[in-house]
Amino acid sequence: MKLKNSRIEKHHIEDFVGRTYMSFCVLLLITIIVSMVYFVASKGISTFTSGDVSVTDFLFGTKWSPEADTPSFGAFPFITGSFLVTLLAALIASPLSLCAALFMTEIVPGWGKKLLQPVIELLAGIPSVVYGFIGLSVIVPFLRNNLPGQGIGVAAGALVLSVMILPTITSVAADALASLPQNLKESSYALGATRWQTISRVIIPTTFPAIMTGIVLGMARAFGEALAVQMVIGNAPFVPKSLFESASTLTSVITLGMGNTTMGSAHNNALWSMALVLMLMTFVFVFFVRLLERRNKI
Amino acid sequence: MGTSATAVRESFQTEDLSIFYGTYEAVKGISLPFAENTVTALIGPSGCGKSTFLRSLNRMNDEISGSTTKGSIWIDGVDINASGTDVIKLRQKIGMVWQKPNPFYKSIYDNIAFGPKYHGVKGKKALDEIVESSLRKAALWDEVKDRLKDSALALSGGQQQRLCIARALSVNPQILLLDEPASALDPVSTGKVEELIKELKEELRIVIVTHNMQQAARISDYTAYFYLGSLVEYDKTDKVFTNPENQMTQEYIMGRFG
Repeated sequence: MKLKNSRIEKHHIEDFVGRTYMSFCVLLLITIIVSMVYFVASKGISTFTSGDVSVTDFLFGTKWSPEADTPSFGAFPFITGSFLVTLLAALIASPLSLCAALFMTEIVPGWGKKLLQPVIELLAGIPSVVYGFIGLSVIVPFLRNNLPGQGIGVAAGALVLSVMILPTITSVAADALASLPQNLKESSYALGATRWQTISRVIIPTTFPAIMTGIVLGMARAFGEALAVQMVIGNAPFVPKSLFESASTLTSVITLGMGNTTMGSAHNNALWSMALVLMLMTFVFVFFVRLLERRNKI
Repeated sequence: MGTSATAVRESFQTEDLSIFYGTYEAVKGISLPFAENTVTALIGPSGCGKSTFLRSLNRMNDEISGSTTKGSIWIDGVDINASGTDVIKLRQKIGMVWQKPNPFYKSIYDNIAFGPKYHGVKGKKALDEIVESSLRKAALWDEVKDRLKDSALALSGGQQQRLCIARALSVNPQILLLDEPASALDPVSTGKVEELIKELKEELRIVIVTHNMQQAARISDYTAYFYLGSLVEYDKTDKVFTNPENQMTQEYIMGRFG
């Protein structure tokens, strides 16, 4: 058998075709992403380059009246709204998710996992409009009847979001817990530690970066969620003074406003600027996840 | 089976101990004594049940769902395999070290202080003393005394394993179970761990599972040869290695089988 051969064989062609196809797909993907980022960034920046609004007025201005005679584009209420519902949702969902993940992996790994796994996958698969609808017909009336305010508002938005990000945090945390070396737990048990001591002092601290990764991913989802929040938050363009007051988020303002503005108008550009803020925040979330993953490896 | 296995009742011994994974009998009715200040080596081919047997001695198999343990494990006249045993208390008496070094993701100091904290040791001074004495016993003190606050994961594999031994010693156990403690270590670290085992047996009983015949011959006083879940031979290590009664034992030790 001759191993040195200048002839082109079948396996050479296969290899070549495969590599070309893969390279093409990757290039296409990169091109799409880069052009999307470029598009959003160029549209978003045009608000400031056209001289309509300054960056500080946009980020910290509290007055949003795009259709007035002297329009003002202060997005601060929406930025606060977005952060507020996101943080609240994470605060509500994180402990619940952690407990669910611990239940699945540590407390009752047998039927606990069999029962919870499909439930969590189901929760992740429900469309956001359904969440919003349930929020509108269950949570909002409940809040209206039991607490001050109209029911719609920050609290309702945060509650709906917390259910929506529950599966994200739970599944990331459960994966992290399940990947712990078995004998790490055992060496804690072997020292006479109880299950609770083992969970609180060994298991959680060891998987902490991964759990945080899950929380950040959940927050990223909450931050970007539009429809469900828009249905229950009330969409008032003000910085809310209480959790039971109507407010808006960046996403809800974009979805509500996009259809009613003309391309190139100051109002439309301002919406793009908000989209840019959302995108930058997503980058920040991704950056945090990377950072946590690197810490996780040590 | 060696006759000496049940002739004298030791304060620590198993009696007719069987362990099942579901319906599979991994360990079949083994009675073994563990004399004070001795090292007992459990040898045998992979899957022979020696690790399962070792893990049953501090009820670690409780953590594996579907496993059941029948028979008795006597410690000072108490059958710890009986229901109602305080497993938490029991495990303070019986320390365990695994094949792969598994320090907690904590500082060197906190790794050692972990156990004592849960057993009522209070105050920094008392903990400091335990940390120092445990690390000294594990012959690690001189190497780490200046960096007790550093992460335990920054230590080398051999140091990590000695840290794990120190951690096991921190709760003052009477018995130490070692599951192939040196098989993931280089020869120098292995030597140190073996040295340590010889010193530690002055204070406690040691049961060690090993795949290394030379190691078993070097460090143990008694050797038990397991095969397919049964105890084939048990005797003084000298006897087992020079003049085994059973043909199978001889072939395994000579490396012709297993």
